[in-house]
Amino acid sequence: MGPGVSVRELLELHGRPPREVYFDLENSGYVPPEVVNEMLPYFNSVGYGHPSITHKPGWEAYEAIYRTKELLRQVLGAGGIEEFAFTHSGTEANNLAVLGLALARRGTRGKIVVSAIEHLSVIHPAEAAESLLGFKVVRVPVDSEGFVLPEVLQEFVDRSTVLVSIQFVNHEIGTVQNIEELSKVVKEVNPEVVFHTDAADAFGRLRIDLGRLRNVDMLTLSSHKIHGPRGVGVLYVREGIRLEPILRGQLSAERLWPGVENVPLIVGFRKAVELAFSDFEGNVSRMRSLRDRLVDGILSRVPDVLVNGPRDPARRAPDNANLSFLYVEGEALTVELSMRGVYVSSGSACTSRILEPSHVLLAIGRKHEEAHGSILFKTSRYHTEEDIDYAVETVTGAAERLRKLSPLRRDR
Amino acid sequence: MSTRIPLPYTAKVLELFRNPKNAGPMEDADVVETAGSPACGDMIRLYLKVSRRSGEDVVERATFESYGCAANIAAASILTEMVTGKSLREAWAISWKDIADELGGLPPIKYHCSILAVGALKRAIRSYYAKLGREPDWLPKDLTIEERQTLEEERMLERLYSGYSIRITIPRGGGGEGTRP
Repeated sequence: MGPGVSVRELLELHGRPPREVYFDLENSGYVPPEVVNEMLPYFNSVGYGHPSITHKPGWEAYEAIYRTKELLRQVLGAGGIEEFAFTHSGTEANNLAVLGLALARRGTRGKIVVSAIEHLSVIHPAEAAESLLGFKVVRVPVDSEGFVLPEVLQEFVDRSTVLVSIQFVNHEIGTVQNIEELSKVVKEVNPEVVFHTDAADAFGRLRIDLGRLRNVDMLTLSSHKIHGPRGVGVLYVREGIRLEPILRGQLSAERLWPGVENVPLIVGFRKAVELAFSDFEGNVSRMRSLRDRLVDGILSRVPDVLVNGPRDPARRAPDNANLSFLYVEGEALTVELSMRGVYVSSGSACTSRILEPSHVLLAIGRKHEEAHGSILFKTSRYHTEEDIDYAVETVTGAAERLRKLSPLRRDR
Repeated sequence: MSTRIPLPYTAKVLELFRNPKNAGPMEDADVVETAGSPACGDMIRLYLKVSRRSGEDVVERATFESYGCAANIAAASILTEMVTGKSLREAWAISWKDIADELGGLPPIKYHCSILAVGALKRAIRSYYAKLGREPDWLPKDLTIEERQTLEEERMLERLYSGYSIRITIPRGGGGEGTRP
């Protein structure tokens, strides 16, 4: 019996809960009908050609790509549309930033500086640059809320540093780094350093102004994090920064990423950007108030819950809630919540290939048993207050049921 | 989060996770043993009530408590069903593979859950006879594979933490203002 068969049975038994609330926007997300409808014509009636071929469907594809880049240029305050490259995911954009620069600077055997809590799509390429290309990777520690301190970062940067990569917003615990200050102190030590920031979790939540962040040289975005379709990543590369493509093949509209562009998905991403920015402040304040309602509700109903990440709401992403439910294991909690229609993810070891909990939670000093019980929620404008209240009630019941099974409470 | 793996649980695992059998502590247990640890994120406590029947030590009742993933809870639950009514000698023969099979299969990365369940069982059986002060001749002196693996998992934490020994802890506060809207 293959795994496919067993999962079909699992799904039959699971059934469709009466109410479903999806909070796992970190890993993949809900794509609203407006976005889907915008994409559909691009599969078969317009722009389905290759953007580099001289025919009408090709020119239409080319136009769609550049209209999206123009919108990105506007909302991010970038210099020109040529500074944006589409990839097929945020992971690919981070790989391009790290390995593309490492390839362009190969032979220098310089230092690549990353924070200890970067996304694995930054950490793993940095490690590859070390093992394959002779660079040296340095991990900058963070404080107990995930902040990279400027004076600490400065200690790790020197004349041999070629790249510094610090996330704008941490994907798990929502820490908002002071990128303006961090990029400034890096360039004070060594103006030649290329500063990259993975802004996938900041885009659509915080104002990013590349005109003002003049020390930021590269920036990553990911479509699915803002209710766009999966399969579109963006790397902003400031004019004058030279990267080498890391995939090899036929280049077309994208000089840094070969292969045929995902034009329908890029069009969907553009619509998602329009929706996120059409009422930016309204969207942000909505996700913030829903998030606060969720966290306040859970903390007031469920005892022994730790908040992971910044306490100060001004320094935490407005959509992020990361809570550790002591005495229960996070994977069991995700399954239990799924049966009740609340979809979340966990930083527990039990969901991971190597049975080790989230490196982010360990880096902020959480113990293993605290990390095992962690649950990540992300709110969005598509949630309602009723969704939140249902989730609070459901989480309360799920934690109670699993705690009753657990031997740990009695052991305290 | 960490590097992830799909976990295609069987319907049986989901069913027992949802409605576990014999859950909870047992007041009048003859033996209580725990395998795993909170730090591993994986822990099973097994309670056995044993009675002497026609020359055999028979499991009258078995209950469990579990701190762990869905597979851990399902494995502990099915173990209590499998041992009930069996003599300790028969129960000793249950292997981690039997548990996995009884669950309709486990994803390979979750084999350790059935190993832990059997580890707890074997620990409980040894402990039962150690308390009585008589060791039956069928009880091996050497640890079985499940017992060795259970010890290994319990010790895993030391190794994990040793990998993080270079981590520098910075006191809270002192960071700059966040860039925000």
